Amino acid sequence: MPVNFFPAEFDVVRNTDKCIKCRACERQCSNEVHFYDADFDKMLTRDAQCVDCQRCVCICPTGALKIVPNPNDFRKSPNYTHQLMIENYRQAGTGAVLLSSMGTPKEYPIYWDKILINASQVTNPSIDPLREPMETKVFLGKKPAGIRKNPDGSVCTKIDPYLELSTPIMFSAMSYGSISKNAHESLARAAEELGIYYNTGEGGLHRDFYRYGANTIVQVASGRFGVFKDYLDTGAAIEIKMGQGAKPGIGGHLPGQKIGEDVSRTRMIPMGTDAISPAPHHDIYSIEDLRQLIFSLKEATEYTKPVIVKIAAVHNVAAIASGIARSGADIIAIDGFRGGTGAAPTRIRDNVGIPIELALAAVDQRLRDEGIRNEVSIVAAGSVRCSSDVVKAIALGADAVYIATPALLALGCHLCRTCHSGKCNWGIATQRPDLVKRLNPEVGYKRLVNLVHAWDHEIKEIMGGMGINSVEALRGNRLMLRGIGLTQKELDILGIRHAGE
Amino acid sequence: MKRVYVNEDWCLGCHLCEFYCAFANSGETDMSKAFKLGRNAAPRIRIEEGDGINFAVSCRHCQDPACVKGCIAGALSINNGVIEINKDKCVGCYTCVLSCPYGCIVIDPQNDGMTVTKCELCTRNNAGEPACAANCPNRAIVYEERGEA
Amino acid sequence: MKYVIIGNSAAGIGAVQGIREADKDGQIVIISDEKYHTYSRPLISYLLKGRVTEESMIYRPLSFYEDNKVDTMLGIRAVSVDSASKNVLLEDGSKVSYDKLLIAAGSKPFVPPMEGLDNVKDKFSFMKLDDVKAIEKTVKQGSKVLIVGAGLIGLKAAEALEHYGAQMTVIDLADRILPSILDKEASDIMQAHIESKGVRFILGTSVKKFGENSAELNNGETVDFDFVILAVGVRPNTELAESAGGSVNRGIETDTRQAVKGVTDIYAAGDCTKSFDISAGTERILAILPNAFMQGNVAGRNMAGKESYYLNAIPMNAIGFFGLHIITAGSYDGEVYCEKDGSNYKKLFTKDNSLKGFILMGNKIERAGIYTSMIKEHIALDETDFEMLKKNPMLMAFSRARRNEKLAGGVGND
Repeated sequence: MPVNFFPAEFDVVRNTDKCIKCRACERQCSNEVHFYDADFDKMLTRDAQCVDCQRCVCICPTGALKIVPNPNDFRKSPNYTHQLMIENYRQAGTGAVLLSSMGTPKEYPIYWDKILINASQVTNPSIDPLREPMETKVFLGKKPAGIRKNPDGSVCTKIDPYLELSTPIMFSAMSYGSISKNAHESLARAAEELGIYYNTGEGGLHRDFYRYGANTIVQVASGRFGVFKDYLDTGAAIEIKMGQGAKPGIGGHLPGQKIGEDVSRTRMIPMGTDAISPAPHHDIYSIEDLRQLIFSLKEATEYTKPVIVKIAAVHNVAAIASGIARSGADIIAIDGFRGGTGAAPTRIRDNVGIPIELALAAVDQRLRDEGIRNEVSIVAAGSVRCSSDVVKAIALGADAVYIATPALLALGCHLCRTCHSGKCNWGIATQRPDLVKRLNPEVGYKRLVNLVHAWDHEIKEIMGGMGINSVEALRGNRLMLRGIGLTQKELDILGIRHAGE
Repeated sequence: MKRVYVNEDWCLGCHLCEFYCAFANSGETDMSKAFKLGRNAAPRIRIEEGDGINFAVSCRHCQDPACVKGCIAGALSINNGVIEINKDKCVGCYTCVLSCPYGCIVIDPQNDGMTVTKCELCTRNNAGEPACAANCPNRAIVYEERGEA
Repeated sequence: MKYVIIGNSAAGIGAVQGIREADKDGQIVIISDEKYHTYSRPLISYLLKGRVTEESMIYRPLSFYEDNKVDTMLGIRAVSVDSASKNVLLEDGSKVSYDKLLIAAGSKPFVPPMEGLDNVKDKFSFMKLDDVKAIEKTVKQGSKVLIVGAGLIGLKAAEALEHYGAQMTVIDLADRILPSILDKEASDIMQAHIESKGVRFILGTSVKKFGENSAELNNGETVDFDFVILAVGVRPNTELAESAGGSVNRGIETDTRQAVKGVTDIYAAGDCTKSFDISAGTERILAILPNAFMQGNVAGRNMAGKESYYLNAIPMNAIGFFGLHIITAGSYDGEVYCEKDGSNYKKLFTKDNSLKGFILMGNKIERAGIYTSMIKEHIALDETDFEMLKKNPMLMAFSRARRNEKLAGGVGND
């Protein structure tokens, strides 16, 4: 065996006083880290195979396991970090593009954490959401600019198609293929029970889930996988995916080994072939082309469903959003660069795009300046991590948010960031039948419902504190926000004042 | 009556039910201690493993139980629907092993096989409710009422 | 309604439980020539070796008769039944009237005529509690014992007497032990096992002549003894049924409701009756406790007007000798699958796409009931993964539909 240039990333530490050799860790590790040795009568480990998914730690009945970073380190350099050195070693070994999953772990600024929320004192008193009504319902779509009249003089009550959400949270696009059928079912059932929406991603819609159509956003991406009439007709809204925050400028890539019989049928591609979405939509090279696709889809569905255009947050996002708002889209989804993914080239994930907070503020401001903010709703995505992030996003101008990573956490994900291996021990980002069954949707959907309910409670608490009793009244209300530790430029872009001002 | 049921779609074959069962019936308060003192705590639930399928099997607590009817010692009896074993009366003839169509009577290693043991739905230990269901990581094992035929 | 049950063992108790499922109030009378609270007959060997006590070998709790409103007439023998006047005549001349009668009179030891047997002072049967009490008075540490009969009863006696360090010789006319439940190979394994515990077998011969403390055998040997256990065989107690005019052919003949053929309102259950063995397709006496209980239970239900049938009787035995366990069931007929590893032994018999019988020994006995259910339920082998089942009885080998039905069930079976 050639010299291994880098040591195991993690140490699997077993307390042998506690270990009862039940071998649950061994049975539950798809990376084959744990094994029983009969000669020693002991459980042993292959540390180098550990991805720190914590499945064994969580399932160990006696709490005998711990996974810690391997303390062994290369000679310190702030420039050539341990991680960079390993990545170069790895590439020198494989000659391949580095792949990663989930959101970037790099230490970019997180503006959510540099924004503080206001609360009422004395005047404009705060509201107790347990005693007084508090509205979190929102509608996404075009809002009429004024009262219109029919030729006979009566008021026109016909409005454009819209989505109605019980709370301003939706589950963002995760395709069947990148995640398991059970994960998809959990999302679909939770969306139905919550009165919100989940998003198919670009993998089509499994026949078993057509029954959740009223709570489904069907996505049309550059690969057009699984797109056909029934699919479009089934969804409550159609989303055109132009870009994704985790990998702006490139398309999705689902490796062939994840394309089994069911995924193949759903995506309408042969089994075992890589599902590679082109970087661009080959029929879209301008806003006018985008408009053609939007209206093709509207035409196909007889103008009954709102169309969402999803873009990655990139440098000139405000101008792009302005174009989209004028292209006929009903909703713009903006995906920040810290958002997750089932697989992305590491260098792109870690270096391309901009934070959602800045992009959102810029887009909202631009559309207002141009007087077209009512033409579209804005959905913020890409690392909305908790209810206070939701509140801040709405105050920065969002109508609603997309969440995905928190949804995965609810299903058991421990952010080990190895989705691309297809060996997810939590049964989420895998198609291996023995792993898929680890996620019982009966359990999964209830946890998702719990999570969103909990966030909804917190949103109401926070809004109440500000003396605001509806999401409508919070949207774009940047006076409720203050920056902390931000430069004047950052404050200007965010459109907020500094704390103390 | 509430019974323990398994859904093989969700059973992972992790065998934790067996360990929690043995622990619940060990009389110990610490799981490590229960297994490390070598008292041979015996699970009364058993995982069957097949090609991609697993499921746990434990006493069905039949309404008309062959084991109780056949017991030569009067050691098996029905108490509020739960089939109980009186180990003081059991002589270890294994007629119940012969009779149980589910294979759910366990030859008790704690007693060197001098008696049998079986699931009593954790009614006679300190687990409170069946430990197999309470600790199943995927809710494959449930303890619930499904009505009687 | 007045129910009279003759016999106070498994079949009689099963009948009480069966009656009470349907009739909470009718009068129940149990008549037995034994004076004891219901106890488990098969446990007498465990009593002799001290594994159980007289108190712990009771078959049902002391409150059983009271809980089930049963009147008992214990220690008195029923001598005949007048089915015309519906009366049971007792040995003291008194009569007990009945509306429904169950004959659960069991069986008695069969002792063939043997020359000089009257000379033997200490000779015992081994079927009842009183037998054990008598033996306990006689047996001493190191007693020399001659056991006539190498069947279940004789060998259970031998196992119990090992507790006394008895020097035992077992003789049988058959050339192997336990011929009623084991095949030749299994007999040999068990014989070697029992011999290793110090028991001597003399097979293929019989007693020519008894002396006071010795027996001269037909093979020329002479065996000395302090006492003799006679365990040659048993005969069903059919006299009561005959006196009532019921049909008897070796055992009492009943229908599947356990009603005695040829008479009305008289039922029979237990070792005195014949059963239809579904594994062999023939009528035979299945003198085993589970069968007795189930027959009694079915009889009781029918006596109380709750329609019930006993349709899946098969021979089956679970028994251990000197720590080596055997579980057997069904008939030994058909194609054979065999595993042997020391004293661990498995033999399965299949015929017409179903399992007909099995012999399991040692560590092969676990989950045997799954095999038993296959015989009783006539499960088609081609519906199962029999290759898997052969090695280990498991529900996995059944079709998913049957498995789900089984695991969702538990509502009823026997």
